[in-house]
Order: sequence, then C-alpha cells, then structure tokens
Amino acid sequence: MKVMKKAIITVVGKDTVGIIAKTSAYLAKNKINILDISQTVVQDYFNMMMIVDITGCCKSFEDVAADLGEIGVSMGLKIRCQKSEIFEKMHRV
Amino acid sequence: MINIFEVLETNKMILEENLDVRTITMGVSLLDCADASLKTTCDRIYAKLTRLAKDLVKTGDEIGREFGIPIVNKRISITPAAIVGSACCKKPGDFVKIAKTLDRAAKKLGVNFIGGYSAVVSKGMTLADELLIRSIPEAMATTERLCSSVNVGSTKTGIDMDAVRLMGEIVKATAERTKDRDSIGCAKLVVLCNAPDDNPFMAGAFHGVSEADAVINVGVSGPGVVNHVLKSIRGADFETLCETIKRTAFKITRVGQLVAQEAAKRLGVPFGIIDLSLAPTPAVGDSVADILREIGLEEPGAPGTTAALALLNDQVKKGGVMASSYVGGLSGAFIPVSEDQGMIDAVNAGALTIEKLEAMTCVCSVGLDMIAIPGTTSAATISGIIADEAAIGMVNQKTTAVRVIPVAGKKVGDSVNFGGLLGHAPVMKVSKFSCEGLVSRRGRIPAPIHSFKN
Repeated sequence: MKVMKKAIITVVGKDTVGIIAKTSAYLAKNKINILDISQTVVQDYFNMMMIVDITGCCKSFEDVAADLGEIGVSMGLKIRCQKSEIFEKMHRV
Repeated sequence: MINIFEVLETNKMILEENLDVRTITMGVSLLDCADASLKTTCDRIYAKLTRLAKDLVKTGDEIGREFGIPIVNKRISITPAAIVGSACCKKPGDFVKIAKTLDRAAKKLGVNFIGGYSAVVSKGMTLADELLIRSIPEAMATTERLCSSVNVGSTKTGIDMDAVRLMGEIVKATAERTKDRDSIGCAKLVVLCNAPDDNPFMAGAFHGVSEADAVINVGVSGPGVVNHVLKSIRGADFETLCETIKRTAFKITRVGQLVAQEAAKRLGVPFGIIDLSLAPTPAVGDSVADILREIGLEEPGAPGTTAALALLNDQVKKGGVMASSYVGGLSGAFIPVSEDQGMIDAVNAGALTIEKLEAMTCVCSVGLDMIAIPGTTSAATISGIIADEAAIGMVNQKTTAVRVIPVAGKKVGDSVNFGGLLGHAPVMKVSKFSCEGLVSRRGRIPAPIHSFKN
C-alpha cells in the first residue's frame, strides 16, 4: 500500500477576497487533494491551515512550496508549505 | 489530526523565536586513511571526505526547505588527526599539511567547519600527539574552517598536567599567530576533559575511535523558544516552571530527531545521536542568559545563577531524552559569552565574572567558552584556568572545556569581534595572582576516588 504523503499549507496575513480560491486552484491544477481546512484570526491576522495530500502531485515538493510562496507574495500574504511530519513529531508522543 | 494551533505554535517557534537545527554533523572515521606516506594519507583523507560527505550540504538544505526549519550548519567531524597522522607525521609541519587538506576538503564540500584536528591525551601524550599539539598555532593560522581540540583529562584517568601546561603555551601561541584577526585561531581551539566521541558541536567535535565508519549527529537549539514560553508563566511555582521547560525541550528535540533520521536516511549513513543542547547565537532573543533572567535573576552572575542554570539544564535533558531515541554529545545548556548577547550584556553590566562562569560550568554544558581575556595573560595562568575546568569535569564525571581567547594587544574593557556565529565579546578580567608553581610541576593528577562522594 502506498503511504499518503501529507503537507501542511499555512496562510498568514490580512484577510482578502480569493485567498482560498487562488490557493485551491493551484492545488487542483497540480493534483494536490485538500484533506482539511481550518482558519482562525490571531491578533488581527488571518490564519489558515490546509492539510493536503501530495502523493499524486507531479511537481517536486520544493517547487510546490516555492510556487505557493509566490502566490502568497502576489496577494500580500505569507504562504508556507511544509511536510507534515515536523508538526506530527513535535506535537504527538 | 494536527490542529491549526499546533501548526501555528511550531511556525511561531521557527519564525519568531529562532528555533532551528543548529548543526547536522557527519562524523567520518579516517583510520583507514593512515599510511606511512604523508602524501598518500592526505590524498586518502581528501578522497574519503569528498566522497562520503559530497551531498551533506545539499541534503541538509533540502530537508530544511521541506520541513520549513532552518538547518544552520552542516559540518564534519573526523577521527582525531593525531591518530590518523601518527605513522606519517615526523614534525609539526607534517601535521599542518593534514590540516590544510582538511580545510581544502571542507571548502570543496561547502561545510563551514571541520572538527577533529585533535589529540586525546587524558593520560599521556604519544610523540604524534605532541607533534599535533605543537602544530596547532600554525594550523590555525593557515586554515579557515578547521577546528582543533585537545582532551587533557578524564574521570577514569585523571589530568595530564604536562598537556595542560603545553596547552597554555599553545593557546598563547595561537593567539599570537592570528593576532591580525583578533586572535581568532583561539576561537576554534578548545581544551576538554571527558570529551565525548560523538559531539556534533564545534570546536570540540571529533569522531572518536569508538564510533562506526560514518555517522550522522545532530545538535538542536532553541533558547529563544524556552525564553518565550517562560514569559507566559511568569511567577509560576517551580513545578510549573520545570514542567514547562521539559515540554518545550521535548518539542525542540523532536524536530532534531526528525531531521537526524531524515538526513541519515537520505545520506545512507547511520543516525548516531541527538545532542540535547540549548545553543545560543548572538541574535537578539536567542540567548540562554535571557532564560536565566526570565527565571528570576536581575542579571546572570547574581546569586542564584548556578541554581537557575542547574534547573534549566536538568529539565532540558529530562524533556529531550524522551524525545530522542539516542542521546549523546555534550547535551545541556551552553554558556558561551561571545555567542550570547545576554551574556555579553551581563559582563558589560559587571554582573558576570570568569569565576562565576566557572561555578556555572559545574552544572551545565560545557565550560568556559568563548571568553576573551587580556592578551597579556600568561601561558601559566591559561593552564591554571584549564586545570580548574578539567578538575571540575574529572571529579563531577562530566565534560568540561576551556575556549578562551587571549586577544593580542587587547586589555580589559576592550571589545573584540569574531564575526558570524562566533560573535563579539568584551575582554574579561583574569586573576592577577600566579599559579606558576602548580603548572610547572611535571606529571599528572591521579584519577579521583569513585566513592565517598561529598
């Protein structure tokens, strides 16, 4: 069985129209499936997190992270894409 | 499943609180490079290092980008060079050729330091050990990325006072040979007692003879994270304080464990150990001294400092041990002066002296570290400082070390700048009273008794 490769995408910045639309359009184009989305506002900043399945993605992880970073810059936001293990290891025994 | 608050917490540690993996250090055995010909030895060393570690920097950077965690340094440690060169080096200059080969390999590989220009002489020096030690000033003056260390004692063997005396002279000579660069050679030279074989941190890293052919050791960091979390529980009781540090150390160390396993897998080299360290940098907010302030000291150096540091060090270990499958190296809070802005401030405020730092080294990792002292300090006094630290390590069964820089031409109150991670430092006062009579005695201090502990 193929193990699912998961990544966490975080978006931090000022709330604006089309953040989810633009990000998810890019993900769909690159065959990245969104497993979960949650959002919150911390100290007036919009925070969104997506858990995504990158198993079927045709691009390299680094390219995806760089592309998402650029989409963030174009909207005045910070978008980070990290492999999920760093969070799982840190917060789960 | 991971929730948004956990994700935000991790990223806040990385983006705002200077959480990073301080170093991935590949330990490489050079025992199979030894030959009676110096040229063959150097060629084999260069070939082995550039083969085994050719992807070290690239892999470290890739892992950093994928997990979104900075991996600050990629480094190499080698078998103590005195052993590797013992068959072919007949004079100190021969060892310098090995030093230059190591430096050349480091530059080719893009690692910022290579450690292991070392001799382990805890009971006595072989001829090769002594030749290597005598070559250190020249080696440090003619290389850029080489780090040197000499282990002069251990709990099991006692202290080799002949080596201690010699190292006082060598530290002075190294300062003199690199005087045009604020005696920076001494910033890459450390004298240890009970040196571990698997330390990933410079300048004391070497790949001991008890190790496998190649191994990946990782040093974590994160004083900024601990400091930040302590701010949120100001005034709490000791139980809460200790639990909070432990939990934070666990989280920090888990990142190191992940990175170490990933690096080992990708490089095809076994995972060795995680060094459970709180390693400061000169960056604001990345300070062990600031944690001591947060625990409740007006300045590090105030009464209570040793207790606060003991507490901190112990909780870091307790939290970290659970987070990693293998723990080793120096493991503890580091208290280098020039690499910690909070320590520099404490020295400038008149709160912190060498004597208090010495007391602090009894309860933490690792020793009198990155301390600039006047250039006029005598070799015997430096040997005395080394002997004191070695005695603390020997009796307390812990690693201790001395990395002092007697900066040529500088006096108390002056300041020196080594640049980068090595930082800057105020020149600190050293006792004016002599220990010449002690240091000039020949021989060694016997191993201590292992019972009747008081």
